[in-house]
Amino acid sequence: MKWKFKSYSVLPGFGLTMGCTVVWLSLMVLIPLSALFLRASGLTAEELWKTVTDPRIVASYRLTFGAALVAAMINAVFGFIVAWTLVRYDFPFKRLIDAFVDLPFALPTAVSGIALTAIYSKNGWIGQYLEPLGIKVAFTPLGITVALTFIGLPFVVRTLEPALHDLEKDTEEAAAILGANRWQTFWRVILPALLPSLLTGFALSFARAIGEFGSVVFISGNMPMKTEITSLLIITKLEQYDTTGATAIACVMLLASFVLLGAVNSVQWYISHRSRGGS
Amino acid sequence: MNIDISRITRTFGAFRALDDVSLNIGDGELVALLGPSGSGKTTLLRIIAGLETTDADCKGSVSFNEVDVTNKAVGKRGVGFVFQHYALFRHMTVFENIAFPLRVRPRSTRPSGTEISRRVQELLDLVQLGGLAKRFPAQLSGGQRQRIALARALAVEPQVLLLDEPFGALDAQVRKELRTWLRRLHDEIHVTSVLVTHDQEEALEVADRVVVMNKGRIEQAGSPEEVFHQPATKFVMEFLGQVNVFHGRVAAGKASLGNLTVEYPAWPHEEERAATFYMRPHELDIRKHPSDGASLAARVTRVNPAGSSARIGLQTADGVDLLVELTLDRYRDLDIKRGDDVFVYASQTRVFVPDYEVDYAI
Repeated sequence: MKWKFKSYSVLPGFGLTMGCTVVWLSLMVLIPLSALFLRASGLTAEELWKTVTDPRIVASYRLTFGAALVAAMINAVFGFIVAWTLVRYDFPFKRLIDAFVDLPFALPTAVSGIALTAIYSKNGWIGQYLEPLGIKVAFTPLGITVALTFIGLPFVVRTLEPALHDLEKDTEEAAAILGANRWQTFWRVILPALLPSLLTGFALSFARAIGEFGSVVFISGNMPMKTEITSLLIITKLEQYDTTGATAIACVMLLASFVLLGAVNSVQWYISHRSRGGS
Repeated sequence: MNIDISRITRTFGAFRALDDVSLNIGDGELVALLGPSGSGKTTLLRIIAGLETTDADCKGSVSFNEVDVTNKAVGKRGVGFVFQHYALFRHMTVFENIAFPLRVRPRSTRPSGTEISRRVQELLDLVQLGGLAKRFPAQLSGGQRQRIALARALAVEPQVLLLDEPFGALDAQVRKELRTWLRRLHDEIHVTSVLVTHDQEEALEVADRVVVMNKGRIEQAGSPEEVFHQPATKFVMEFLGQVNVFHGRVAAGKASLGNLTVEYPAWPHEEERAATFYMRPHELDIRKHPSDGASLAARVTRVNPAGSSARIGLQTADGVDLLVELTLDRYRDLDIKRGDDVFVYASQTRVFVPDYEVDYAI
């Protein structure tokens, strides 16, 4: 079959909308991103390598990606439970609780940062009970994970909700009649059907957590080598007028996020493509 | 396995889906529950399966072979269930779908891998889709999906097979094919089956016995021939097949409609009551000139000889429309055209008096 740029449609508008899409994407996404790389290319390869492999910076990568990954995984589990409860059951104040889920979206991140720090610091509401148990939350990687979990929750819940709505009641009933217990039904029937959406939610929450700054800087305490996240180091570099160094780190972040998101998306594509019957 | 349903009531809010329903289904029988939507047929099926509970204050029960299963869990009743929309597991291949009930068994009774493969292949051959084991449900046609769903339901070796509008989502051609196929399959495996349908043709063709339901009650249960030719109630008369309806009077043992009078000993009272007359299109004849016996004068409004019989639309002087079905031979002999004034004779008439449902036919 001859390849065509677009399939014919009687409804006009492709040219205009496609044009807008390309211009808008270029203006808002592609040009700033390429400027980033251009800026970083001001460094020689050696300088670049030195900047991005500085031990303090490598420690921050580990912390940022590690904490983001843990937070995204926690969100995948608990976000699933929240979405399940909201979709499956009717209870008083359901709409209110539903609105609460969006709070991390709506709240300015600095506000949530201050709130979390206040709660989890040594004298805070929760912190004062955790302290005697030897658990320190504020100013530790644990605190950063808490903050990242907080801001990532809505992503998992909101991507899972429509998928849960679409889940056919039939298939669960079929599983029950065929002799599966609830646990088997969940693992073999419900979870596989929701996996693509769960992965999307996970990826979004992960991506958001990698880039998070506002809510983290308060609770992390920003101790070099211990609780500095990468975004903070970029700011630090900028404050020292080391723009090239900052962009170099930014490029590493960008590439890493890109690769990770690409990987999650391929897994998700593979799963949904398979069940749709593409070989 | 014989199924005994006794005095089942189920309400959803203010809606009474099942109202004190009792029914016995014999071993190896294929019974069709037939009725319009909202008649309670699907609720009854789901109660047999255990997918739905009876009302908390309902003392009725469902028994399989005299064993009360009312409170038995859905997975332990040994029933196979086929859903209208297949309910196949989309992320599993056809093979895995059919193997599912075998794989979820407790370890002690779970068959080995090779045994599972053998059983799945056997079931695939039974539904004549042997080559499709590796496909995903999305790659199959509707008819194929429903056959796979049936194979999966049979994998539990059910004592009872329940089918909820199994052909409802398929197009007419495939429906007819699958209907005949299902009947053949039932003759082969003889499992007690209950089929829910709103399609009277399907029920009458496939089932050993048809249970006509309306508003949560059973109107009539009987062989397809019985329910069609000896409808017990007005509802069954109107629901099964086409019928012409006239409104007449009944008094002193006689029902009358124009100059047509029918003996109706069931109403011997002098008091006059409204009565409904039912005549099936194929039980009517048309003559060009009046002859012996009572008839209805009417004018031909439509003639349609396309098909295995000729359907003639008429209108009486009172403005009531009626339909007559003639054999093609009879139609040619008569040579009638639109606009002709003719006389309609009934070979059989059924009369129902509202709130007094005893029918009488001549």
